[in-house]
Amino acid sequence: MNENKMSVGAFFQKYTMVIALVVVVIFFAIATGGNSLMPGSINNLISQNGYVFVLAAGMLLCILTGGNIDLSVGSVVCFAAAVGCVLMANKVNMWIAVLAMLGIGLAIGIFQGFWIAKVHVPAFIATLSGMYAFRGFSNVVLGGFRVDITNEQFLMLFGGGRDCYIPDFIRQWTGTTGKPNLTCLAIGGIAILVYVLMTVRKISVQKKLNIHQSIPGQIITTALISGVIGFIIWQLASLRGFPTVLIWIALVLGIYQYITTKTAIGRHLYAVGGNEKATALSGVKTRNVYWFAYASIGLMAGLAGILTAARAKGIDPVYGEGYEMDAIASCFIGGASAYGGIGKVSGMIIGAVLMGVINQGMNMVGVDSNLQKVVKGLVLLGAVVFDVMSKRQKR
Amino acid sequence: MAKILLEMKNITKTFPGVKALDNVNFKVEEGEIHALVGENGAGKSTLMNVLSGIYPYGSYDGDIIYDGNVCKFSNIKDSEKLGIVIIHQELALVPEMTIGENMYLGNERGHKFAIDWNTTYAEADKYLKMVGLSESSKTQVKDIGTGKQQLVEIAKALAKQAKLLILDEPTSSLNEEDSRALLDLMLGFKKQGMTMIIISHKLNEVAYVADTITVVRDGATIETIDNHGAEPVSEERIIRGMVGREMTNRFPKREGVTIGSTMLEVSHWTVHHPLYPERKVVDDVSMYVRKGEVVGIYGLMGAGRTELAMSIFGQTYGTNISGELKIDGKPVKIKKGADDAIKHKIAYVTEDRKGNGLVLSQSIKVNTSLAHLDAISKHTVIDGDKEYAVAEEYRKKLKTKTPTVEQLVGNLSGGNQQKVLLAKWMFAEPDIMLLDEPTRGIDVGAKYEIYCIINDLAAAGKSVVMISSELPEVLGMSDRIYIMNEGKFVGEMKAEDATQENIMAMILQSGRGA
Repeated sequence: MNENKMSVGAFFQKYTMVIALVVVVIFFAIATGGNSLMPGSINNLISQNGYVFVLAAGMLLCILTGGNIDLSVGSVVCFAAAVGCVLMANKVNMWIAVLAMLGIGLAIGIFQGFWIAKVHVPAFIATLSGMYAFRGFSNVVLGGFRVDITNEQFLMLFGGGRDCYIPDFIRQWTGTTGKPNLTCLAIGGIAILVYVLMTVRKISVQKKLNIHQSIPGQIITTALISGVIGFIIWQLASLRGFPTVLIWIALVLGIYQYITTKTAIGRHLYAVGGNEKATALSGVKTRNVYWFAYASIGLMAGLAGILTAARAKGIDPVYGEGYEMDAIASCFIGGASAYGGIGKVSGMIIGAVLMGVINQGMNMVGVDSNLQKVVKGLVLLGAVVFDVMSKRQKR
Repeated sequence: MAKILLEMKNITKTFPGVKALDNVNFKVEEGEIHALVGENGAGKSTLMNVLSGIYPYGSYDGDIIYDGNVCKFSNIKDSEKLGIVIIHQELALVPEMTIGENMYLGNERGHKFAIDWNTTYAEADKYLKMVGLSESSKTQVKDIGTGKQQLVEIAKALAKQAKLLILDEPTSSLNEEDSRALLDLMLGFKKQGMTMIIISHKLNEVAYVADTITVVRDGATIETIDNHGAEPVSEERIIRGMVGREMTNRFPKREGVTIGSTMLEVSHWTVHHPLYPERKVVDDVSMYVRKGEVVGIYGLMGAGRTELAMSIFGQTYGTNISGELKIDGKPVKIKKGADDAIKHKIAYVTEDRKGNGLVLSQSIKVNTSLAHLDAISKHTVIDGDKEYAVAEEYRKKLKTKTPTVEQLVGNLSGGNQQKVLLAKWMFAEPDIMLLDEPTRGIDVGAKYEIYCIINDLAAAGKSVVMISSELPEVLGMSDRIYIMNEGKFVGEMKAEDATQENIMAMILQSGRGA
């Protein structure tokens, strides 16, 4: 009996944020009379928060190295987007503009990473200076005014405007029309299938190696996640289909999941954050690990700049303000440790979705925007307080 | 029969899932030094935390009777008010503050709105004199050595009007000389009527200083040994109580090992301090170690042993390093950085496993593979199954006690952490292993297992350098011994010629010469 009770406690501790997310989703579903789960809302949730996922993925790596954050991303988003928009406005080829935006992001990341990794400037300060500088540069590039994007291909590819969905190839091919969007369903179906197969493989390997992990637990988790993905895909398919921005989000999250769980550099990130000295004495070039993290978030800021510009069909000198905070909050709500060494991409996704759902729900219910900020702040504090408390209890 | 100052009656303390203390009874007479010994995790520290109020009244069962009254402490302040002061194993001093500031931290002299610095420093100086420190209380703590810092801790406790002083591993970071001085200081306090409880792993010290010894094992008090006699109780007698059996042989025999050709040769090795480059930390040291040989380096703390090992290990310590290295007869230059040293098949197993050795927030598996990820990955992508298999292999080989290799290293006991650290470096497949205090702070049973691992390493043809400040260990485990003092090698002996006396004599002689 006692054991049973403890495992329930452990369950709640492990899945607190998932449970919180479910509660919040249900709460807003009721408060909006089911509107928040309608296809349009889900579509908006993804499109509006594309930049959060991308930036938070990059931010997670920085936080892993020891709770370091990058304050400059909002400004870098704006600067990269500004350069790209100005290029496109001057009839430069779209792909060159895209490469320029990514390149600028990466270059800034490498530049800031240099100071942090090699000169030992505290990350907070190096990126704070970047936050000022690149905001200024954005203004200079834009001349203080908004620049619009008219390149339809760009908007389509990166998720701006009405037609930024993957066209329904299957219906085109079969010559049918109507809904649901079959291509979207096919992509979703394949994604779920791949996910299920991966779980099956994992369980079979565990059996082979005699690793004792709850098999029913893994099956239930997989089933639940598949169900959620299935629901989202179905809702999207019944509207306009697969938003293109979701491709970029999925790509980034997939790559970062892979980096953090499967690669040596991912392992080094966790190790440096957990104990830098021990990691250095294990033969790891620890400063390069920092450099990698900051280069990576620079690149992500460039991508987020592309997504932001596409979504807004242009760029304004104030765009991107506060983006760094959304990314940081997502990571911490998602269970990343402020001391580094702990944090997962899956947690960060939960954190970002939670923030997004709360945002959107409050908008739909009609909560005053100032009050919304208060709520977001409290959610962040609450999440971290809970994390600290639950860890203390363990001792 | 003297008066009983403290009695802890039927103390039971449970943590979720674990009974840390089970009906413990513990009595301390007034004016005695009472030692509490036991293996790591036996419950000594938990018991002292109950006594000092860190675990408040109500979180445990049983009674604390102090000076005839039942006490219900809700925090440390409560127990300190009655003169129960605990000095923890880890020094709790702020390096940037002066000795005086540290001593009265949280206990400031003066009135509410202003600290009276004159009183503070005057009183601090008084207590410093009592512990035999000649430093001014205005000296910054970072400018004095660990030995003196430990004395400052004691002065700080005295300033709290301690009647019952609890010292948790007070000599764990001190060298032999400072340890002896500290123990004599304790004996001096006893004459003045102070009651003390000492927790220690160093049984020779316990036998020297304690009047009564209580053995704790598995959360229960096993026995109380009287040590008032003229002859101090033997270490074997105490160990028998701690492990529940007689340890006839503390050092396993190394059998069937043939010592081969010279593997590592260091000549004229000189290392300077990284912050004060004019200071030589290692001074013209030459040494060699052969295949299958265990070479001990004995020296007091601060002799430059760790610095020597780390400077060989990819210059991870020191500046202006000069001298020559030969591996397997060939001269080599190891570039700065541990990675190049690992490539040359050298491993350095640190003395500070928590600070420099392990990533506590990660699993046994992750720690085991960290220094040799290449071996389990392809194009920098880690093969998770292989990694698990490796971790599992070393868990079995080293008999690490854990439910699974996914367990976080931070949750393991000291001995098991040390095994994970060894596993990590064994997996790096070195030919030369520099072991720095491989058994520090771990209990007797685990020590024996570590010694067995060292023997296995030698049997596998590895060259082992074992740095230690425990003489019996150096004598019991080494084939050959170097003696180090103040950055220099002051002697070399074969194990069969070495005794505690002639090694200490060498160190004393060299000290006088310099």
